[in-house]
Amino acid sequence: MVTYSLPPKKEKSPFKKIKKGIIFLAVIAVYVWTFIGIDIDWARAIERATSNFHRVIPKLFNPDWAAAGEVSEKILETIFIAFAGSFMAAILAIPLGFLAAKNMSRGRLLSAIGKWILSAIRAFPDIILAILFVVAVGPNAFAGVLAIAIGSTGMLGKLYSEVVESIDMQVVEAMEANGANKIQALFYGVIPQIIPEFLSYAIYRFEIDIRASSILGIVGAGGIGTMIIFAANNRNWSEMGMILLAIIIVVTVIDFISARIRRKIV
Amino acid sequence: MTKQSNSLSQGTTPPIFPVKTKIQITVIFFVVIGIYLFSMFWTQQQMVGGFGNALGNMAVVIEKFFPPNLSILPAIWDPMAQTIQMAIIATTVAAILTVPLALLSAQNITTFKPLYYLTRTLLNILRTIPDLVLAVVFVGLFGIGLFPGIIALIIFSLGILAKLISETIESVDMNPLEAMRASGGNILQVIFHGLVPQVLPQFVSFVLYVFEINIRASVVLGLVGAGGIGLVLDQQLGFYNYPNAMAIIVLIFVVVLIIEYISNKLREALI
Repeated sequence: MVTYSLPPKKEKSPFKKIKKGIIFLAVIAVYVWTFIGIDIDWARAIERATSNFHRVIPKLFNPDWAAAGEVSEKILETIFIAFAGSFMAAILAIPLGFLAAKNMSRGRLLSAIGKWILSAIRAFPDIILAILFVVAVGPNAFAGVLAIAIGSTGMLGKLYSEVVESIDMQVVEAMEANGANKIQALFYGVIPQIIPEFLSYAIYRFEIDIRASSILGIVGAGGIGTMIIFAANNRNWSEMGMILLAIIIVVTVIDFISARIRRKIV
Repeated sequence: MTKQSNSLSQGTTPPIFPVKTKIQITVIFFVVIGIYLFSMFWTQQQMVGGFGNALGNMAVVIEKFFPPNLSILPAIWDPMAQTIQMAIIATTVAAILTVPLALLSAQNITTFKPLYYLTRTLLNILRTIPDLVLAVVFVGLFGIGLFPGIIALIIFSLGILAKLISETIESVDMNPLEAMRASGGNILQVIFHGLVPQVLPQFVSFVLYVFEINIRASVVLGLVGAGGIGLVLDQQLGFYNYPNAMAIIVLIFVVVLIIEYISNKLREALI
């Protein structure tokens, strides 16, 4: 009889074991804290849900076509907000992206500052920025544009800096060795390498911004969100159904188009 | 000498890009700029005083928000903790529910095509709806509170998570799985011993990533009545109490940064 035995397992270092144990305990502690801390009024939620169910759900799937005109106008405004915001961000992110890229600035300090600025911007949810801009420029679509522009700059800048860090520096070095100055090296060595990916990321961010701008109206920053909050306050769920349908269609179509364009570019 | 080189550059070197491409790019460029200018015009329509006025306003506003009233921090710590707990519960439930969904929407596991297309389409539709819109609907359904917020987060993160994980599943090495099936393993055994070890690190990493998204989403869910710190923020904004609102925003900012840092470190350790 042949006995089969598995190959011996790799020895794990005790340090790793301890580390794993600590992480495991921390996770358990977090869960204990969560389930002790959270209090959900189950009875009320279930009671509300049973009494509301037939008033909400069937109406969502029965959109109010009379509202289609107003919805399409607002969704157009949403697209404009997203477009103007993404466009601004695509440009604002360029200097920040270069600043944050390690291979573009000599000192590590500059790129660290750039990275810090970008992650600080990313920590603000779009809608919080929208709140700030609504107070600043009033409750209109332009507040939405500014919120999207600043919010997208954080992510686009980070992606841009990664693109710049991944370029082939030998081309740039060869140019500098041949006597090109900084500007020439930038224009003929760096920019041709980064343009397709920059564009692709900007378009990708536009997809995200369409979703983001559709909710900004909740805090008054224009677009379809304004209608969402009115429909919810009036309990007009069939209008909400129409809005949801419009959002789903627009987002799907734009995702499709942008995926097509991006495949062509890169 | 100079004349020669001139004639050389004019006569023999062809342009780098064909004329057609140049025209195409120029047209696209002007169309994009055109749409941008029109968007700017459209969005500034209802604005009183235009852009110049807004810039002046900005300075006034910054004065209104600053300095943040940090003395309310102890009072808002509780809703902040609730917000984090919401995100934790939602992420956990979504991580559990995503397993069957991800398996169903992975082409190499679900070989029954109609089922695969059905789950794919469903997930695609789910992902188009923004989190706050889901929250609005669920607040309408369940009433104001934490519960609709958690449900909204679960549904929202399910869409993202199932897509990311099904893509991971599709990219696994199928050879060990085939070997197991060939030596008599049933479908569950194949999944547990062939698929899970390959997917697990990615799975945990994606769950942490979605947790970050959920933290960000959960801080604003309260704006539509779905509980947490957003509810307090909404109230303070309603009272035009900007220093208090700014303190809440600062707290959100700090908490998001800390959680992102921890989650990044954990992800780095995993992969």
